Amino acid sequence: MAETKYMTINMGPQHPATHGVLRVVLELDGETIVKSTPHIGYLHRGIEKIMENRTYQQAQPLTDRLDYTSGMSNNLAYCLAVEKLLGIEIPKRAQYIRVMLSELQRIAAHLLWVSTHALDMGAMTVLFYGFRERESCLKVLETVSGARLMPDYIRFGGLREELPDGFIGMARELIDDLPRRIDEYETLLTENVIWKRRLKGVCPLSAEDAIGYGVTGPMLRASGVNYDVRKAYPYSSYEEFDFEIPLGTEGDIYDRYIVRLKEMRQSVRIVRQSIERLPDGPIKADAPEYVPPEKDEVARDMAALIRHFKIMAGGIRPPRGEAYASIESSKGELGFFIVSDGTEKPYRVKIRPPSLLNLGSISKMIQGSLVADVVAAIGSADIVLGEIDK
Amino acid sequence: MELVYSLVEIIVKNIVVVLVLMGFVAYTTLLERKLLGRLQVRFGPNRVGPFGLLQPLADGVKSFFKEDIIPEEADKTLYVIAPGICLFTALSMFAVVPFGGTITLLGREIKLVIADIDTGLLYLLALATLGEYGVVLGGWASGNKYGVLGALRAAAQMISYEVALGLAVIGTIILAGSLNLGDIVAAQQSGMWFIVKYPFGFIFYLVAGLAEINRTPFDMPESESELACGFNIEYSSMKFATFMIAEYAHMFTVAAIVTTLFLGGWSGPWLPGPVWFLIKVFAVIFFFIWERGTYPRLRYDHIMQFGWKVLLPLTLLNVVVTAALVAMGVI
Repeated sequence: MAETKYMTINMGPQHPATHGVLRVVLELDGETIVKSTPHIGYLHRGIEKIMENRTYQQAQPLTDRLDYTSGMSNNLAYCLAVEKLLGIEIPKRAQYIRVMLSELQRIAAHLLWVSTHALDMGAMTVLFYGFRERESCLKVLETVSGARLMPDYIRFGGLREELPDGFIGMARELIDDLPRRIDEYETLLTENVIWKRRLKGVCPLSAEDAIGYGVTGPMLRASGVNYDVRKAYPYSSYEEFDFEIPLGTEGDIYDRYIVRLKEMRQSVRIVRQSIERLPDGPIKADAPEYVPPEKDEVARDMAALIRHFKIMAGGIRPPRGEAYASIESSKGELGFFIVSDGTEKPYRVKIRPPSLLNLGSISKMIQGSLVADVVAAIGSADIVLGEIDK
Repeated sequence: MELVYSLVEIIVKNIVVVLVLMGFVAYTTLLERKLLGRLQVRFGPNRVGPFGLLQPLADGVKSFFKEDIIPEEADKTLYVIAPGICLFTALSMFAVVPFGGTITLLGREIKLVIADIDTGLLYLLALATLGEYGVVLGGWASGNKYGVLGALRAAAQMISYEVALGLAVIGTIILAGSLNLGDIVAAQQSGMWFIVKYPFGFIFYLVAGLAEINRTPFDMPESESELACGFNIEYSSMKFATFMIAEYAHMFTVAAIVTTLFLGGWSGPWLPGPVWFLIKVFAVIFFFIWERGTYPRLRYDHIMQFGWKVLLPLTLLNVVVTAALVAMGVI
């Protein structure tokens, strides 16, 4: 009797399709997966702990470095949590701009996903098309913040500064162009026989399993669960926007692809609405204790200078308490839980990264499928290791 | 004396053809990168020389100076021979392909084909199968698990597609009544090209040919994103370059065979034979590059299914129908 042995193969951390430094140990029977164990932690920087040793303002740039494909969303989630602690009201204009920027960021992140996922499946051309559009998205975001990946533009109390001149025109041009571009990807992929065969019915996740694993975002919605933080617990005036939540039925990789493409179209809709209805008014909350004054005011007014110095040097001191705020980032529900002990540094920060929980379902998904599907499944989960390892 | 002349002729022909072929192969890599660049809204290589024309040379020099690593786990002999097998078969397949009519040089009639043998097609099929050994042995001998997976895939793919490949060319044999590639070209010169008479055979041969040269959507043994390059994962320096050259030489040869079997070979009006031959070959190569820019990769088991359940019955049916049509005198 020949003894059957499984081959253990180490996929990652240096592997082109593990999206960073994920390591998956696979046990293979031929090319079929018997067992899989994801290992994480190669990108651990201790962000939560560092945040506890920084003032609230100093902690914010660290959030950019979580999910580095959607810095704006991370900033927004962190700011919402701190604002909840502070109990301040954000002016409508700032809220609308926040929505606009985080939707643009979502489009950029989804474009990155479509591109890399297509590359994983061997469709090289889509990568370059997707990156072309992502580039124009990033350019628009860059005019706002001066940075492409680490914007740090959304601050608690509102925004860092007013939108630059010409921004609205640029954004409008972008969203007018985008639907046509998305059609292009669809031409190349959606009805492509090979693409469909690769993705349809592959690595499905049932609605029950998805909920059980705490999966959120497009992955959860592809399984047919209608849960989107933007609708379920609206923040930043999302309730005033008119958009739909695309849902899948099978929960397979193809549905995840379809859901994400539809989401991009919905995001375009939201951005358009926010541009059209952008109200006038201040972009910073009226909370002198927490929100620094405008720069030109600091140059003219003694009181403003002192206030600026106090806030920047000493930090802000939110009242004792705790707050949790979550948003729908491009990957899923991104939450920040912050405990304040009344000092200028947070007592504890806990981040709920969507990628980590989405990754948790990988082992379940790829059980019994082929090596090629592992790549497809990891790709479809849209993980970013910066967020998983924190 | 005649013997000496023909020996010299053979040697000169061999050297010239190999050199010219290698030149075309080198520039096929550049063509692929340039065309893919066009398809993918980027430029492709344009730094080395005008329009990047010296890029293949630079690539060659670069890989020559890279450190050559043989892994400790590797089976050294096989590891070293494997790239050679690939290149050898890819180049020697070209020997039976006629790339022109006859020319008169120094009072001698010279046929523009290296080996004008009567079993040309059989020789081609045999070598095509042999070529896969390079991939299988290379992957297996490198002692890497990804390499082994790539090798296994290569073996499975070879078995599934060689049959269809063989069946696809049978129609041309029926039509031409000969296994000699020169005769097949002659048969098309007098009548219509076989792509008109035998269109499905052309399509099947293209598909199976893509699988044979391991190109997208059949690039299973390599499948960069899954197996991290598969069979050639451990290869470096000139050995890696040899695999690459072999791959492109194989692509060129398959394009040449498609040209010969279905597109009328070197025949064509006005221009000399070799020019027509090159035009047709590069048209086929253009198709290979174009589809690489368009399609995703198939999955391993789908390829097997497609090979056995779709391609094999269809090619068989095609052979039967063609034979019947020829017997009835329709084509």
